[in-house]
Amino acid sequence: MLGLEKKDFRLLLIVIGLTMLAPFILNPFPEGSEMAQFNAGYPDLMQRFVIFGIFAIGFNILFGLTGYLSFGHAAFLGAGSYAAVWMFKLLSMNVLPAIALSVLIAGLFSLIIGYVSLRRSGIYFSILTLAFAQMSFALAYSVLTPITGGETGLQLALDDPRIFGASQTATGNIPVPALFGLEMRASYEFSIGNWLFTFNAGYYLAAIFLIGSFYLAIRIFRSPFGMMLRAIKSNQTRMSYTGLNARPYTLAAFVISGMYAGLAGGLMASMDPLAGAERMQWTASGEVVLMTILGGAGTLIGPVLGAGMIKYFENIFSKINDTILHGWFAFLPDGLENFVVAIIHPFIGKGWHLTLGLVFMLVVIFLPGGLVQGGQKIAAMFQRKKPEDAKSKATEPAE
Amino acid sequence: MDQFILQILNGLDKGSAYALIALGLTLIFGTLGVVNFAHGALFMLGAFVAVTMSKLLTLSHKVVDETRTDFLGNPLQVDVPYIYDWFGQATGDVIIDWAVPIAIIAAIPVMIAIGFIMERGLIKHFYKRPHADQILVTFGLAIVIQEIVKYFYGANPIPTPAPSAFVGSFDFGVALGFDPNAIIYPYWRLVYFFFSIGIIAAVFAFLQFTTFGMVVRAGMADRETVGLLGIDIDKRFTIMFGIAAAVAGLAGVMYAPINSPNYHMGMDFLVLSFVVVVVGGMGSLPGAVAAGFLLGILESFASMSAVIDILPGINQIIIYLVAIIILLTRPRGLMGRKGVMEE
Amino acid sequence: MSNSKFSRRGVLKTGMVASAGLALPQYLRADSHAGFTNAPGDSEVILGFNVPQTGPYADEGADELRAYELAVEHLNGGGDGGMLGTFSSKALDGTGILGREVKYVTGDTQTKSDAARASARSMIEKDGAVMITGGSSSGVAVAVQALCQEAGVIFMAGLTHSNDTTGKDKRANGFRHFFNSYMSGAALAPVLAANYGTNRKAYHLTADYNWGYTTEEAVKSSTEAMGWETVNAVKTPLTQTDFSSYIAPVLNSGADVLVLNHYGGNMVNSLTNAVQFGLREAQANGQNFEIVVPLYSRLMAKGAGANVKGIFGSTNWHWSLQDAGSQAFVRSFGTKYGFPPSQAAHTTYVQTLLYADAVTRAGSFNPCAVVEALEDFEFDGLGNGPTLYRGADHQCFKDVLVVKGKENPENEFDLLEIVEVTPVDQVTYAPDHPQFAGGALGTCNPGA
Repeated sequence: MLGLEKKDFRLLLIVIGLTMLAPFILNPFPEGSEMAQFNAGYPDLMQRFVIFGIFAIGFNILFGLTGYLSFGHAAFLGAGSYAAVWMFKLLSMNVLPAIALSVLIAGLFSLIIGYVSLRRSGIYFSILTLAFAQMSFALAYSVLTPITGGETGLQLALDDPRIFGASQTATGNIPVPALFGLEMRASYEFSIGNWLFTFNAGYYLAAIFLIGSFYLAIRIFRSPFGMMLRAIKSNQTRMSYTGLNARPYTLAAFVISGMYAGLAGGLMASMDPLAGAERMQWTASGEVVLMTILGGAGTLIGPVLGAGMIKYFENIFSKINDTILHGWFAFLPDGLENFVVAIIHPFIGKGWHLTLGLVFMLVVIFLPGGLVQGGQKIAAMFQRKKPEDAKSKATEPAE
Repeated sequence: MDQFILQILNGLDKGSAYALIALGLTLIFGTLGVVNFAHGALFMLGAFVAVTMSKLLTLSHKVVDETRTDFLGNPLQVDVPYIYDWFGQATGDVIIDWAVPIAIIAAIPVMIAIGFIMERGLIKHFYKRPHADQILVTFGLAIVIQEIVKYFYGANPIPTPAPSAFVGSFDFGVALGFDPNAIIYPYWRLVYFFFSIGIIAAVFAFLQFTTFGMVVRAGMADRETVGLLGIDIDKRFTIMFGIAAAVAGLAGVMYAPINSPNYHMGMDFLVLSFVVVVVGGMGSLPGAVAAGFLLGILESFASMSAVIDILPGINQIIIYLVAIIILLTRPRGLMGRKGVMEE
Repeated sequence: MSNSKFSRRGVLKTGMVASAGLALPQYLRADSHAGFTNAPGDSEVILGFNVPQTGPYADEGADELRAYELAVEHLNGGGDGGMLGTFSSKALDGTGILGREVKYVTGDTQTKSDAARASARSMIEKDGAVMITGGSSSGVAVAVQALCQEAGVIFMAGLTHSNDTTGKDKRANGFRHFFNSYMSGAALAPVLAANYGTNRKAYHLTADYNWGYTTEEAVKSSTEAMGWETVNAVKTPLTQTDFSSYIAPVLNSGADVLVLNHYGGNMVNSLTNAVQFGLREAQANGQNFEIVVPLYSRLMAKGAGANVKGIFGSTNWHWSLQDAGSQAFVRSFGTKYGFPPSQAAHTTYVQTLLYADAVTRAGSFNPCAVVEALEDFEFDGLGNGPTLYRGADHQCFKDVLVVKGKENPENEFDLLEIVEVTPVDQVTYAPDHPQFAGGALGTCNPGA
């Protein structure tokens, strides 16, 4: 089907199912219950899940297949966002040209940086990409303020000279990004009993892009090109002895993953028209590395899981405060309630970093193949019959 | 000319901090083959040994002073350090004043112990794992250490001054025949510079002139062969990790008076120290030290206003620009060895 | 705590019972029947407190959060009522806002515009917050302000000092109580001239981002108007931790005043470095060398320790003020938490009260009604003397404090002393002043 093996097609169907039904899956708790705090089915977070999923899928094409660890991928995401916002400012509020340009700009940007950086390998390559990204960040934050908006980020204004479309709406506000009139922020709510589900236009657009990206990633993983990249990873010297020049292949992988990052950046700006320089900082590049390793480098679905996990912690755990904790444990006697709250307190709200750090350590210690391996372990528990099969499916982690 | 000398001084001072951190990082890279993203956290922990020492020395009990009131109008509770009770106020003040130098003595065993625990408890299980796993686990560890420090000390910087004997600047200008005030340099920064040189020399001497160091160097070159010779290289690696932690920690203690320590100072230095190590060349200790000083001096030159006027923003990117140029002209950095961390 | 429903949808639950079991589709933005985003139900209203909880400004964020909790307590009739008693408007009576109990949600801005917007959006989309407030930097304030404008909720800025927030990036749904770079310059210059004379040569070190630019410009133009000369202005990278190479050339540059347009960690480090280099004791051009820090924060001054002694700067508010409003606030904050509030805590507390008051006077949570109630609103008793919320740019105009690092602090909070309270007339500017040029307020957006 669609040129995929049965197994891959099943995986694609699972991804399609998960993304399309995400508003239900992510909102398992009824509104108003104490557990509703853990619901993630609101537009902003759902959008972030798929956008960072795309970013991580793209990163994995480079890192998972070739083993080249780029520490500067956030620069492409940032460049993509700037391109998209400029498109909104100058051309039109339609998201398609903005996304197209952001992919293009990120592709060009990654071509240049990739061409230079790929002259070195291993950690030397990592530091070259890091250096380029940090330079982009530093300049975007300061000297390039007229182009990038600097500290406050690039934003839309009431007097933008938009060629197609008005500078202001009839009510005197800035128009919002839309797909041929369908506003990205438009949502449709659906309630059953105490459950409430939100279907957001922007999320579904991003989800369709995610499915497309995922499909493309499967095709790349299974193609001769993908095999070639794996060969480069396992032994580049042997490759060159056979008379093959590895660089065009790695450069192609680099540019493809850069364009994925640009797509993510363009989508981000489409959901929320602002581009900030922090998107290019090394911490942002590090985040996508962590997402990929956390989920399982070299696996197809792993990076998406890793992205979801990190974004979930960032957005859900940081919002739990002591008042909410007291609400949860109100059934306990007072002294015990305060004790339990005091124990949990360091891990939530302002302590969400601590929880995230601990999760990193626990996952890498107990699940060397990332979250995907965790999933496989659970799956193996249920289908004891075919342990051999589960083993062969495990993709080995990248170096 | 005087500006030039001034910035070289500055660069040496900055460079000595970079070199010291990069040295520890390279020791771990080179000997254990571990990418340690928690190295910045060790530097930060060192600075907080100094903070903790000054907190311990000023550990106080409350005495109510009826004559004064606090901001709410209640009688003021004055903190009286126990050390006043034991040694009297004058001696007590001197001891508190010397908190940072005292912390240096405390930092060595504390940091070696932290290094041992880290290596035995966590790092040792990651020798055979891919570098990506090492990055994830040490980065996680760095966050955890950082957050624990933040939980106890808060996010704001904590002033940790040098002893009052080191306050003020030395006027090189007069010594070198320039105008007074042309080239001044704070005493504590000079102390920092010479201290760094001392530590670097000690580490090199240790590796060069002791049997232990010889084995470690052999291990760096070819770990398997050394293992085949029946030498328990693992045990030495534990000690090596302890030493690297102590080097980072000492760099942190001494740095505390220069800039008030805060919980994320390690992360601020982390990326920079990786750049220094790689520019120096993987697995090369002299390379790390040389790159530290080189980048420190170039950074100082780039911050001169005459330079910024010509190239706006150059001070923002100089380190990375130099790193790119060096890595493109010298494939393995300044003194890197072939085949180390190149896959 | 037993009853805590932190969701707008929780409030809607009663309305949904009727449709239980039935699928009742409804548009998110129209679910309020009231024509504006997140219209609160009949029993409670949710405010979003969006402050830095991680990163370098986490302590400042924590102090803001304390003030918010205190404000909520007072609005709901708890505690001693704080500034409710001294506020010139008597619309608030301790029964929540318009009879609804005030609830709140918190989030982490991480001092990054992306994270701040993500957190604000989750408050609006998930929790149903009708007002967002907080922040500890101008980048975040400007980003979140634009978001709130787009979403149709009110934004009450926390600590943000850049001219841009109510200058080129102003928005109709956004309001700032905190003062700005221009006001710092205008308030400081006369005091500097009086203390250091008019024959001075200044050397600026400026943080290389928007806030630094506006502050440098403000201080430069105000001091130059007093007769000072600007010798040099050097931009320093945000990520710089060691400023020695920028400080070292200062003494030999012909300047006799160093102006540090830095905030937060940058300020602590550059000031510490400057003092290390002995600038405070130095002589230049036959005068004592002086250092100036245009924007002071007590929390940050603490990080610089004894280095702040004798150094001039400006601040929005200080706990040692003796007016009734400040005293009431310090008393209730100090009693609850054991230490005096910071200026960040003060401005966020006041912003919450001002919002609640505006809603009450307007009789509606509709952002447009709130905007109308706040525009050109004059009030007193909130710690800064008579204050005007100017309608033209949504900036508060009030007295500005010029402070100096205290020589002999009596306790760990007693770091700054007030040198002068610069009257509001001296810091007022026209809405179209060149430093605030560009950008437009637009019209209020109630969502839909």
